[in-house]
Amino acid sequence: MSAALPSAALRAVAPPGYLHAIARRLRHDYVTLSFAALLVLTVLAACCAPLVAHYDPYATGLLGRLKPPGWQGHLLGTDDLGRDMFARLLYGARMSLAMGVAPVALALAIGGTLGVLAGFYGGALNMAIMRTMDVFYAFPSVLLAVAISGTIGGGVASGLLALTLVFIPSLCRIAETATSQVRALDFVEAAQATGASSLSVIVAHVLGNVLPALFVFASSLISVSVLLAAGLSFLGLGVQPPTPDWGQMLAGLRQAIYLQPLVCALPGLAICIVSFSFNMVSDGLRHAMDIRA
Amino acid sequence: MWIYIAKRVLYTIPISLGVSLVCFCLVYLAPGDPAASLIPPDASAADIATIRQLYGFDQPVPVQFAKWLWRALHGDFGTSLQTGRPVLVEVSGALANTASLAAGAALIAFVLAVLAGMLAAWHRGRFLERAVTAVSTLGISMPSYWLGIVLIIVFAVKLRWLPATGMGSGAATFSWLDWHDARFAVLPMLTMALLPLGVVMRSTRAALADTLAQDYMQVLRAKGLAPHALMRHALRNALPQVLAVMGLQLGYLTGGSILIETIFTWPGTGFLLSKAILTRDVPLLQGTVLILALTFVFINLAVDVLQTCADPRLQRQ
Amino acid sequence: MSHIDGSNAASHARAARLAGEPAADPRDRGGLRQPLLIARGLRKRFAVRGGLFGRTMAHVHAVDGVSFSIAKGETLGVVGESGCGKSTLARLLMRLVEPDAGELIFDGEAVGERTGLTLGELRKNVQMVFQDSSASLNPRMSVAESIAYGMRVHGATRDAARQTAHTLLEQVGLRAALFAARYPHELSGGQKQRVNIARALALNPRLLILDEAVSALDKSVEAQVLMLLRALKAQLNLTYLFISHDLHVVRYVSDRVLVMYLGEIVEIGPADDVYRNPGHPYTRALFGCQLDTDPRRRIAEAPLAGDPPNPVDPPPGCRFHPRCPYAEHVCTTRVPSLGDALAAPLHAVACHMHDAASAHTRAGDPPAGMPHAFRADGDASDARRPPDLLRS
Repeated sequence: MSAALPSAALRAVAPPGYLHAIARRLRHDYVTLSFAALLVLTVLAACCAPLVAHYDPYATGLLGRLKPPGWQGHLLGTDDLGRDMFARLLYGARMSLAMGVAPVALALAIGGTLGVLAGFYGGALNMAIMRTMDVFYAFPSVLLAVAISGTIGGGVASGLLALTLVFIPSLCRIAETATSQVRALDFVEAAQATGASSLSVIVAHVLGNVLPALFVFASSLISVSVLLAAGLSFLGLGVQPPTPDWGQMLAGLRQAIYLQPLVCALPGLAICIVSFSFNMVSDGLRHAMDIRA
Repeated sequence: MWIYIAKRVLYTIPISLGVSLVCFCLVYLAPGDPAASLIPPDASAADIATIRQLYGFDQPVPVQFAKWLWRALHGDFGTSLQTGRPVLVEVSGALANTASLAAGAALIAFVLAVLAGMLAAWHRGRFLERAVTAVSTLGISMPSYWLGIVLIIVFAVKLRWLPATGMGSGAATFSWLDWHDARFAVLPMLTMALLPLGVVMRSTRAALADTLAQDYMQVLRAKGLAPHALMRHALRNALPQVLAVMGLQLGYLTGGSILIETIFTWPGTGFLLSKAILTRDVPLLQGTVLILALTFVFINLAVDVLQTCADPRLQRQ
Repeated sequence: MSHIDGSNAASHARAARLAGEPAADPRDRGGLRQPLLIARGLRKRFAVRGGLFGRTMAHVHAVDGVSFSIAKGETLGVVGESGCGKSTLARLLMRLVEPDAGELIFDGEAVGERTGLTLGELRKNVQMVFQDSSASLNPRMSVAESIAYGMRVHGATRDAARQTAHTLLEQVGLRAALFAARYPHELSGGQKQRVNIARALALNPRLLILDEAVSALDKSVEAQVLMLLRALKAQLNLTYLFISHDLHVVRYVSDRVLVMYLGEIVEIGPADDVYRNPGHPYTRALFGCQLDTDPRRRIAEAPLAGDPPNPVDPPPGCRFHPRCPYAEHVCTTRVPSLGDALAAPLHAVACHMHDAASAHTRAGDPPAGMPHAFRADGDASDARRPPDLLRS
């Protein structure tokens, strides 16, 4: 036998792992990549809003109300209080994106943990957790969000709480199903046979196999969260004025559709584009992870 | 199969209890004294005392829940602070309006979605499938309240073909037979149909594509079956899955109509809910949420039972 | 495989050991004569739920009162069809499943008792090699990481564990430089099974339970893995419990054989004995089902009758009686006993025909010899072999 090759060179020869395979597949999926780029651009624009926008989103101007795009340097016109639409859209992106991602992230942490525990331990714990989730699952999402947010009163915190509670049951269910499937596999038994504690087995073996599917599902929830959050603000429940937020802008401009319809449609268009992009990216991710390497 | 159905029906009881508990606890979420939120602003001292005694605020919470549940079972969901009428009366009138809208939207959405889904699944990998996928993704990404505004701009403001808001001449409940009033339902229905259209389109396409890829489909094709007959077979097999999604969407339409009804000022349960939130009418809010949630639970039950009856594999259990 | 005389390999090893080759194992506590593992009265039932409120409707008697022992350095084969409880038994021995009743004694110390072996210590001494399936290795972990996991659990540093993992890979015949960083989906069936073995050896166990370890492999690969197992056994002073439904393989590797049916041991004894002279009607039927390619060697006894067994609520008395050609009334009422199965070399059969004091008409006069001409070639003691017309 020839002498062993240095391992660094061998790694280049050896086939890549699972994550590499997904990345490779995504690299050729131009549709998903372009929407992902759009999202990145939106996030950057939102973060750098003070640099990009020329006008102050809070500065009202009673003379220049509801002007069309291009009027006196206002790129997208002005709203019903004379504030620059472009600036308000950029600043509004912050709230809308945050309210899209944050509830899902929180729900992933809470619901995912509960689901993994329920799936791994089974028995009474599983019954207790899953039946509680069933009760919350029995509410239509909009209804639950509105009910919770409506009773607490408006505000970002109540909106965040409401949306997180809306998403926890479905994430918990997905986590529980995936965990109980993985739990039944031989390698988990082998890991337990080494005398490892349950926590060690969960972290080292179960999570790695459950999280990918969970992440993909969570990413598909972000677009729903953006819509719901904007909907709550639209009803006056989420973000309160004068903080710019797309849903709230839509509500405020509703009366003005008779005067300047184009400007009024802009916030909704923004919501639509962001939600659509999140959907396309999550679809692309799911497709890339579907085929086993 | 009957054991499964019986189990499923019995399971609704603890779920309904849980839902009631959540609704009951809503009062405690409200800032301030829960008792204060249930008392109308102009109540006299005697009224306040009566209400306190009725709700049992001086007694432990489980007792309050039991009392509240007992009243709900007898149809007493409280009294609206704003109008003074029983909540049940308010909601049942509004529910009929929402139901008309939801039924119409569901019909449009489901029929179109199944047709489009069939088209997409059949022309797999070609442009038509991608177009349908794009439309369905758009459907689930577009805020329905925005579409409503856009439709109002186009059809009511610019073209003046249809009325912008309201339910018609002033009748309390909507009737399809009154053509003049029916015009008011067109825009809300179209708006409402958007999301279910997208969801059901996606499900139908996925279910049909899965079914068509099965081996037994190849066998039928090899036997020489015509395309429309093949599609009929595939549809029959994919139907239980699609029905489940449809049922869920019907439930969402009924329970989640608040946004659209707010835009079009349609006096349904959603509109009632937004009014209750604005005026901080907690009994009305609580009662409406409870009734809507229970409606959703029972719609799901009906769909589950139907699915069990329709799926021959489940019948054998 | 059928032409390889398996009995010779096992007896050679035993002879070498008895000739005085030192089996000095520093971990040995009980001495050479102490059986490595004694199982006494192991019992495990699973509840079957159903009905309206999920009531327990019936029980699956997976393992019912099983007692046996494994001597140090031997290979005990466990044979039986699907559903007989072999896998449950394996898990009970590793305490992956808690028994409803019964005890385990490892090298003289009771497992789970306050004074005896703790579960952690048992785990270090007894390991299992699973059937090669896509589920036996974590698809997200590289080979080296999978092997090193057990060691890291017990406190080894990352480097030390990785080093040992590489050594183990070499020991099972996989070049560490090539295979350590690979993922399970990049391995063939035989390679995955070698990794499984390496993983089981990571904690330096004394007893290895092989649960259908070669069943899913191609024949040539199976042969390689079996030879690897034999080499490892000698090198590392291991004891094997070899579970399989493949009779040829079990004969090739085992010193003693245990036959299970519906959760009970029906026969136990030295491999050669059991294969040449199967005592229990079920064992005879099992061997009788092995068809020979030689048309002159025909099946001499009646094949199995009756329905396949239902593990839920087994029949009373002898569990085999619904399918036994020799069944009589006593078989439906009294459960036949294995006798003192813990005495190792004895060939014991749980059948009323083998019990001279039972009420069976054939008590003391069981059917003997091979049920038909299933035997290894070159066995001159078989008188039923027809004359070979092609030889002069």
